[in-house]
Amino acid sequence: MHITQGTFSFLPELTDEEIGMQIDYALREGWSCSVEFTDDPHPRNTYWEMWGLPMFDLHDAAGVLQEVNACRTTYPHHYIKVNAFDSVRGFETMRMSFIVNRPATEPGFRLERQDGPGRAQRYAIRTYASDQPSGERYAPR
Amino acid sequence: MSADATTLDPPLHTTTGPPSVDLVALFRDSGIGDVLAELDRDLVGLVPVKTRIREIAAHLLVERARETLGIASGAPTLHMCFSGNPGTGKTTVALRMAEVLHRLGYIRRNHLVSVTRDDLVGQYIGHTAPKTRDVLKRAMGGVLFIDEAYYLYRPENERDYGQEAIEILLQTMENQRDDLVVILAGYESRMETFFRSNPGFRSRIAHHITFPDYDEAELLLIAQRMLDTMQYRLDAASRGAFEDYLAHRIRQPNFANARSVRNALDRARLRQANRLFADALAGGKAADGAALTLIAAEDIRASRVFSGASDAPPPDPIR
Repeated sequence: MHITQGTFSFLPELTDEEIGMQIDYALREGWSCSVEFTDDPHPRNTYWEMWGLPMFDLHDAAGVLQEVNACRTTYPHHYIKVNAFDSVRGFETMRMSFIVNRPATEPGFRLERQDGPGRAQRYAIRTYASDQPSGERYAPR
Repeated sequence: MSADATTLDPPLHTTTGPPSVDLVALFRDSGIGDVLAELDRDLVGLVPVKTRIREIAAHLLVERARETLGIASGAPTLHMCFSGNPGTGKTTVALRMAEVLHRLGYIRRNHLVSVTRDDLVGQYIGHTAPKTRDVLKRAMGGVLFIDEAYYLYRPENERDYGQEAIEILLQTMENQRDDLVVILAGYESRMETFFRSNPGFRSRIAHHITFPDYDEAELLLIAQRMLDTMQYRLDAASRGAFEDYLAHRIRQPNFANARSVRNALDRARLRQANRLFADALAGGKAADGAALTLIAAEDIRASRVFSGASDAPPPDPIR
């Protein structure tokens, strides 16, 4: 199941050149980019691991792409995203965030039902991948 | 390459015979003539430097022409080293270089990151590599200018962290030639020592440009331009005085070309202010615009240089 989170997620995978152009756009707008990764793509998992600090003072996409590629080499089977943070007062938040790397196979989610008090049904979704301990998910088999 | 680089695409002739590229049209369309003319106009002297910039410009144009005909040869290496005596315009030219390369479409952004040893070398083990990478990342797409580059290597301390910065620099200069142009600058003799102890550096830098010393006529022209931008002027007498001053100063130790000229003019301005005040206190007439902008001969003649003393370092800032 193709995970759709963040900007451009319904488009085909972006090439490195396209990623560079998007980063250039973000930098032109005055946003600072950062790289994050995770192996738990649950939609409620808001806090991904940071790959280094957010990169302020950059003018060109090459610097961010360098970090993206470094992260890809270290975690080839993880989800990796690029965030663009707008520091302007009133926003002070991510303006753009898109996935730049994903594992080859994405098993998707399963729906779990639970009987609550009074036989009320409670629902939860769970990544099949998270059955494995963290760090061993999405490893090529 | 940037979006505006596409406007530099040369017109391809496919009418008759083998395909050819009109180099003249290419030159005209790129607007490089303006850049070079501007350089000629703004910088006094520096003939070898201008020649080299011309050569680089021509080379990049030919490279583009070859590309359109499908003759590939990879991007040329443009890392440079500027060496020369103090005050010969190394930093000034480096600042202009970013603009020149950008107009030529070789770098994506017209920006220059100017650093010295402090910005690259860390203070403890493990601090240097991230620091250097950070600076490199910031400079990506433009020009990284390393002033006083020979300080990176301190032969007297074998555990100096400068070596680590040098290794990272070399690696990036080699692998990311498309993203970054590195310009080193420093005094000639010290750069020579630096390259002798880091042979990898010398071979990775394609352009070693030596900045010649200015002669007296050029220095006078420089002084004239500095005064113009500061809205001061010389009359015939003070111009003669300044020529005398240069003739004396140029033979003294620690002469730093244009920088010495700037310092001399700054001191002359101080003396002028002092003189105007003294006149006013002695009951002279009110200072008008002409008096306020004129550097008089006596302001220059009062310099210690004429009494045979060296002008630098000055024990008294005014005399």
